[in-house]
Amino acid sequence: MTFLFTVSPDFAPDRLSGWYIFNTWLQKQTGTAIHLEMYNHYQQLHQAIEADKIDLIYANPYDAAMLVRNKGFLPLAKAQGQADEAIIAVNADSSVRDVADLQANSRVAFTDDPDVRLMGMIMLEPADLDAGNIVPVLADTHVLVAKHLLKGEADAGIILAEAYDNLSGVIRKQLRVLVRSQISVIHHALMVGPRLQAKRGEWRQVLLDMAADEKGRGVLAALGFDGWQTIDDEEMEFMIDLMDTLNT
Amino acid sequence: MISDMKPEDIVGDYRETVLTFYDGTRRKVLYTELETPYPDGKLIVSTTTPEGVIRQVNRAFVEMSGYSEAELIGAPHNILRHPDMPAAAFKDLWETVQRGEKWQGYVKNLRKDGGYYWVKATVIPNVRGGKVVGYTSVRRKPSRTRVDECAKLYPTLR
Repeated sequence: MTFLFTVSPDFAPDRLSGWYIFNTWLQKQTGTAIHLEMYNHYQQLHQAIEADKIDLIYANPYDAAMLVRNKGFLPLAKAQGQADEAIIAVNADSSVRDVADLQANSRVAFTDDPDVRLMGMIMLEPADLDAGNIVPVLADTHVLVAKHLLKGEADAGIILAEAYDNLSGVIRKQLRVLVRSQISVIHHALMVGPRLQAKRGEWRQVLLDMAADEKGRGVLAALGFDGWQTIDDEEMEFMIDLMDTLNT
Repeated sequence: MISDMKPEDIVGDYRETVLTFYDGTRRKVLYTELETPYPDGKLIVSTTTPEGVIRQVNRAFVEMSGYSEAELIGAPHNILRHPDMPAAAFKDLWETVQRGEKWQGYVKNLRKDGGYYWVKATVIPNVRGGKVVGYTSVRRKPSRTRVDECAKLYPTLR
């Protein structure tokens, strides 16, 4: 039997090959046939989840909640020291100096990345902005959110902090960050679905040992990770509860 | 039990009052008019037991409340209760979460130094295996407009 592995579509584009290398490594280590399917959009991913096609997923926190509660997924591990954060940026020439300066009907650019949008909308609340009084500008990628700002097609943009930090210096110079989230406890998680749960303990150990092995370290480097670290069930439940409090 | 506030911890001129909580316990509180602005981008997070005793706090909670983590863990969550808050708000909070639902509201919290800070608070029950094992409370930066509305409304509810 071949299991299906996927990665949340918010992966950094330059890590795409890293995920294929990781999949090859994982198959060798576990002696299990795993097919990696990368979806470009959340809609495609959510259809696959709904159809119970996925067995292993590097999920963003928003999807992780749904996978645990509705689909019986369990957490394996998270990338060491990594957390999901978002920024609100404006064009460097904008007269907006503070989030509170943004007015109703502001054009706000974001991607369909659900947790980044959630964190971003929370940071817009102090300006009395919500989904009902902004003009959404949907973009396919975080880079395109930045471009909307540069072209004056959006008044503010919500960008994954990691994606913002990876923008070229030329682009970043033309933007100004109004606020950066410091939430620290929201992160992606590698999770197994019901068909792989018998292997959970074994696979988790393989992941935890990865940084101690030379080849494993090379694979981790391709992902931009220092190593994996266990997520226990209660930590995952805590994050889900936290997402639940934010999702209002 | 919750200890009375001490004059030596207070920064600035203060007033004094005694709060009586829902369980009949009382606390002398000292409070000032000094507001600490909510920091941009941060969330204050805590978890409590089903009885409202603090089990876990994050760094932002420690920074904003002015208490050390050791002082907070094991203390009742009403260590933050400000005298300007109407008791009805907390009655509604408890009734809502005990029904297993999410509660959200604007809260003026009392700091250890007698100052205050406004938050938008969300509290949800932690359900594990069908049972409520505690509560998670997350506070975020509130809209100034809503804070101004609440600052006018709350005194009329006390």
